[in-house]
Amino acid sequence: MSDAAETPNVRVLPARRRAAQTIRYWPWLAALVVSVGLPWLFYDWQHARHAGFVVSMLSQTGMMIIFALSFNMLMGQAGLLSFCHSVLFGLAGYSTVHFLDAAGAGQLPVPMELMPLLAGLSGLGFAIVFGYMSTKQRSTAFAMITLGIVQLVTTAATMFHHFFGGEGGIKTDRVIGNSLFGFEYAQSIEVYYLIVAWMMIAAVGMYFHTATPLGRMANACRDNHERAQFVGYDPRIVRFQQFAVSGFYAGIAGGLFAITYEIVTFDAVAAPLAANALLMAYIGGATTFFGPVLGAILITLMQSGVSLMSNSWLIYVGVLFIAMVTFAPAGLTGIALEHAPIARAGLLHRLALPYLRILVPGLIVLFGFVGLVELASFLTIGMAQGRRLALFGRTIDIYSATPWLVSLACLLGGGFWLSREAGQFKRVWDGLMEIARPGESR
Amino acid sequence: MSPPGLSLSGVTKNFGQTEIIRGVSMNVTAGERHALIGPNGAGKTTLFNLISGRFPITSGEIRLDARRLDGLPPHRINRLGLSRSFQITSIFHRLSVFENIRCSLLWSRGYRYSFWHALGRQRVLNAETERLLEDLNLAERRDVQAGLLSYAEQRALEIGMTIAGGASMILLDEPTAGMSHSETEYAVALIRRVTQGKTLVMVEHDMRVVFDLADTITVLVYGKVIASGPPVEIRANRAVQEAYLGAVAA
Repeated sequence: MSDAAETPNVRVLPARRRAAQTIRYWPWLAALVVSVGLPWLFYDWQHARHAGFVVSMLSQTGMMIIFALSFNMLMGQAGLLSFCHSVLFGLAGYSTVHFLDAAGAGQLPVPMELMPLLAGLSGLGFAIVFGYMSTKQRSTAFAMITLGIVQLVTTAATMFHHFFGGEGGIKTDRVIGNSLFGFEYAQSIEVYYLIVAWMMIAAVGMYFHTATPLGRMANACRDNHERAQFVGYDPRIVRFQQFAVSGFYAGIAGGLFAITYEIVTFDAVAAPLAANALLMAYIGGATTFFGPVLGAILITLMQSGVSLMSNSWLIYVGVLFIAMVTFAPAGLTGIALEHAPIARAGLLHRLALPYLRILVPGLIVLFGFVGLVELASFLTIGMAQGRRLALFGRTIDIYSATPWLVSLACLLGGGFWLSREAGQFKRVWDGLMEIARPGESR
Repeated sequence: MSPPGLSLSGVTKNFGQTEIIRGVSMNVTAGERHALIGPNGAGKTTLFNLISGRFPITSGEIRLDARRLDGLPPHRINRLGLSRSFQITSIFHRLSVFENIRCSLLWSRGYRYSFWHALGRQRVLNAETERLLEDLNLAERRDVQAGLLSYAEQRALEIGMTIAGGASMILLDEPTAGMSHSETEYAVALIRRVTQGKTLVMVEHDMRVVFDLADTITVLVYGKVIASGPPVEIRANRAVQEAYLGAVAA
């Protein structure tokens, strides 16, 4: 111990870092265990079958995690806002349908387990073509070129029937009778485990990529593309290669999509899917590697969960997005990380009461807002569907003034209360930050 | 290997109709410390931008030893062994101090655009980065986000990033600007240490630093070289006194 005290700081670090490295493995292991075990929590033992809804939702989540992570290789890590990420996903999906057809006809001796790899390679190929066009530019010009590409390919998808199958898309059969492990992939649970395996491979690969020279220089070019030139790098080539690699992973996601649904339509290449990737990365937190994972889980849950409860779920996603961009541009993981200095100083408990104090008016605002949206929605779509608005088992008369007034009062009153509490919260927060990191500006 | 020399002949630069650099010819001898001085707006930083390839020149010729530099993009010029710093600190602000230095080492150590090397396992590279951080006195700040460093620390990092790649021709643009007296002293010692055996060209406003460090001084006024020579000569030069030093003496 006395030795350690004498050696300078730098010498002690490697040992500490090695310890940190072993700790680094457990989140991956935990993710694997959870992914593998989750479907069994919803297993129907009585009828000895899996809950179809849960398995399909988990499958969707898995491929969206890959997709969101690969999107964030561009947005979070390289500072490139791409609107054509769906193109790489979708085109790889279309390709996979053709691969599956060929494999089913016995013309392509590739086992199912390696189909996503083939999809990834086609994603890489398309990314090389579109990346060559778009990465000549950066920032806004880059974003505009990618917007052009997504329009171009979406239009092409409805025009060229041989490859895309027109409006109806193309269908395939994933039971190709070629598996390394003898699986049939007739059941969706088998496909789910294929997705889990590839999700882990892709996530580890993308994580590894962040700590390679290319991955790091992508960060550097994001921060200061000019300086990168003066340390010997051509930012254009960095962008291009980063784009290509992210296309490979987007392709894997697209391939899994094709395998899962056995149909690919032009929706898979269209802009809304790219916007979805943006939502996931942003809401989860684009500044951290794992943020998009959280975003993908959350958005998929809302997509399949909330959409069952409400017609207006897209409004909630939109409002959530605007709120995040406005108040927490670093996303959910960013919010969590902000607490790190306070947690390290052991002061986290002093935030409990302030949090409770903003939670109450926050919930009231939420209640008011949801109330108004749902009332409005039931006046229109809900009516057409012949549904009734019910709360706590009681039907609510959407034509009486009371629910409207209550909602409005909650929204306005709660909003006023919330803004006061938020000010109070900020004072407590700043005070704690001052103790946790004295002298350092936030 | 001896450090290279730099020569400019008849370099001009127009921005639109305005001629900013009006036929500059100068020689930087191999291994010397060369200061570029002149009043505000003389075109010193512009000249740096031309030499380092940030802007293309309008006419003339720039050579690093025998190699023609003008017309090359900045990253190619950097790979030939010419590295520059910026007057307004230019770092990778969201990366850690350690990463900033390591990124500046990557190309010269042959990593190119590799996506198969795990950076954490590159022993030699990482040891070199640590050594450089110690040299810069930034070892204790290695994990801090570069954007959160103090101004003087950022300037030290800026110099570190400039010399990290092992370039033998170093261009420093006002390395001590905005520093206190003691910070300046520290920076000068640092510059002296890290540019040992290299050719140095620096733009500098602090005359103490200039006369302390430089072997040769070139005076640029209104886009033209009006004098060039050893410090004693420049101090005695009538034209320089009128155009530039006079203002300081008065």
